[in-house]
Amino acid sequence: MKRKKGSMKIRKFITNCIVHIFLAILGFIWVLPIFFVILTSLRKEAGQYKSYIFPRAYTLDNYKKLFDPASSLTFGRWFNNTLIVAIFTCIFSAFFVLCVAYVMSRLRFKMRKKLMNIAMILGMFPSFMAMYAIYFILKGFGLLEAGPLKLVALVMVYSGGAGLGFLVAKGFFDTIPKTIDEAAFIDGATKWDVFRKITIPLSKPIIVITILNSFMAPWVDYIFAKVILGQDRQYYTVAIGLWTMLEKEFVEYYYTQFFAGCVLISIPIAILFLIIQRFYVEGMSGAVKG
Amino acid sequence: MAGKKRKSSSMYTAAHNAGFGTAFMQGNGITKLSAIIFGLGNLIHKQIIRGVIMLSMEIAYIYYMISFGLDSIKNFITLGTKEQEEVFNEAKQIYEYVTGDNSMLCLLYGVITIFLTLGFILFLRTSVKSAYENQKRAEQGKSIPTFKDDLSSLLEQNLHKTLLFFPVIGVLCFTIVPLVFMILIAFTSYDRNHQPPGNLFDWVGLDNFKAMFANGSKLSHTFWPVLGWTFIWAICATFTCYILGMLLAMLINREGTRFKGFWRFIFVLSIAVPQFVSLLTMKTIFNANGPVNIMLRHIGVIGSTQSIPFLTDPTLAKITIILVNIWIGVPFTMLTTTGILQNIPKDLYEAAKVDGANAFVTYFKITLPYMLFVTTPLLITQFVGNINNFNVIFLLSGGGPDTVDYYFAGKTDLLVTWLYKLTITNKDYNLGAVISILVFIIMATLSLLTYRHTSSYKDEEAFQ
Repeated sequence: MKRKKGSMKIRKFITNCIVHIFLAILGFIWVLPIFFVILTSLRKEAGQYKSYIFPRAYTLDNYKKLFDPASSLTFGRWFNNTLIVAIFTCIFSAFFVLCVAYVMSRLRFKMRKKLMNIAMILGMFPSFMAMYAIYFILKGFGLLEAGPLKLVALVMVYSGGAGLGFLVAKGFFDTIPKTIDEAAFIDGATKWDVFRKITIPLSKPIIVITILNSFMAPWVDYIFAKVILGQDRQYYTVAIGLWTMLEKEFVEYYYTQFFAGCVLISIPIAILFLIIQRFYVEGMSGAVKG
Repeated sequence: MAGKKRKSSSMYTAAHNAGFGTAFMQGNGITKLSAIIFGLGNLIHKQIIRGVIMLSMEIAYIYYMISFGLDSIKNFITLGTKEQEEVFNEAKQIYEYVTGDNSMLCLLYGVITIFLTLGFILFLRTSVKSAYENQKRAEQGKSIPTFKDDLSSLLEQNLHKTLLFFPVIGVLCFTIVPLVFMILIAFTSYDRNHQPPGNLFDWVGLDNFKAMFANGSKLSHTFWPVLGWTFIWAICATFTCYILGMLLAMLINREGTRFKGFWRFIFVLSIAVPQFVSLLTMKTIFNANGPVNIMLRHIGVIGSTQSIPFLTDPTLAKITIILVNIWIGVPFTMLTTTGILQNIPKDLYEAAKVDGANAFVTYFKITLPYMLFVTTPLLITQFVGNINNFNVIFLLSGGGPDTVDYYFAGKTDLLVTWLYKLTITNKDYNLGAVISILVFIIMATLSLLTYRHTSSYKDEEAFQ
């Protein structure tokens, strides 16, 4: 009996070892590309492909050069552009999403089911399918005349259709017990009061998720930004700016700087993402804990 | 107090909810006249501001139609008749362009005018309905709501109108109008040979659809293989990520594994990096002279000048793309399934252990069925997302390797990346529009079928 227990222990130990080694190998594979990005961003030798993997010499110059005002590719400017677009986008889209989600979750009116179905169907079109039409509408409004206006156009494009992405927030509002609202109505509150003073304060996790998600969109979007901003390099956002660095005429010179830019962009985005993760778990477990 | 309030509001809505038909038929002369002169029913019952707003809307619309709208409807039907011409200017001794009609703008303005007309019809209905409502109230001797009442109702029984106003305008301008516009383009000849402002394009009916499905044409020779690869890709990408991600989550969750948080962090790190960064990096890594090939050369698997065509050989490129997608997708599945895995009742596993079931049996008989039951909606969203997965293909292989057999598509192009190439690179907007309509039909069928079966759609009020 004792011996059997012992052999079980050994078997368990061996499986544990195998599992840990396996996880370590997998983890290594998963971290390797990130490691490669950091390594290349610190490489001193310019140029694209080398016949070796580890750089011969290390330097921080790639990071410094990104912010060099004399360079034709100005990372600092792109960063500011993206930041401005992101801030306005997240304000507008969060507002749109929360409004629609609250209406669909709490208010009952004739067109409700119909509107929800329409929203779902609209959400299924490939979003950039209509890109060309959007381009012409913006041009018709005169928003593509000057660089700064293009950024306004970008905000409008990112937040315009945001109202369609209400499903997650609606699911969250659905978990807030209706009895709370009813108690407020008895005290004479209007529905607007309930929305402003009860629902919104109870919905912190979902608001944070909505805001951060829409904040991140301009940093990672490539397609819309490319179509709207065209060749106006001064007003590029970070994503297309970095993409430009990999174009044929630039790649030999800017290759290592591209990776430096990637590292700089990834750090804040990664932090935001990890924050969202925490709130996501919280948000999924409902508004009011029992 | 509360009861009283509710009663009055329900009576208010009873007249409010009368349809346009009943309102028009049962209304008196003034109500009927409100269909022609907007706001008349309001003005007569002293709702001055509301009446004036409605009337001015009508005047604005009529002014728009006379000055601009009627022409644009006419142009919408013909899509322009006057082509751009070169005329010799005697005085300056040069050729000058005389601008003709721009079919593109004709179409766009036509669509906008149609939407404005729909809005006008909506106003007509509102005008008649509110006139009828006022008429009923006057007959019953009830007070007629003042403008102030109307305003405060926007925060109470009409709150949905207030809150939905801006989002709906946004969706209308940036989703619906462009979509209608694009759908209409599918029925025109707007391709590279008919580019405004230089050339006109015209309505061609279903010709583009016929060309796409015609036997033996280059287009259909491209369409079917691309569609096939789109489905193979979507199925492979979805299920590899799903199964492997779940296995990874189980490995980390299992009893004996230590440093659970650390392992999770390692894998989550890769999704925290913006996708375009990781994809462009992967593209570099798998390049003919990229690190992977260099490493293989160092180890001696391949000769020092050879390289494995990870992204340039059609078959190998497809495999590479699916592998890279595993790298991207697995941590995501791990993250979403971790919580659900922990919710599987423990006694199920204990019972299986007592019955002497091994790990495989428990996985296929308990874990997988349970997970499938809970995560089917997630699986469908991911499947649909993969059909439309523009980023992975576009940034990784760019749809390449290119082939002459296809109409401007590469061997790894999905329908969406082909759509992008057709419209942005080659300006065949009509074909692009046809493809987006087809993509939409595929996705709509798939998700409507399944979404309606999910519990969150059926009993959305379960927790309220």
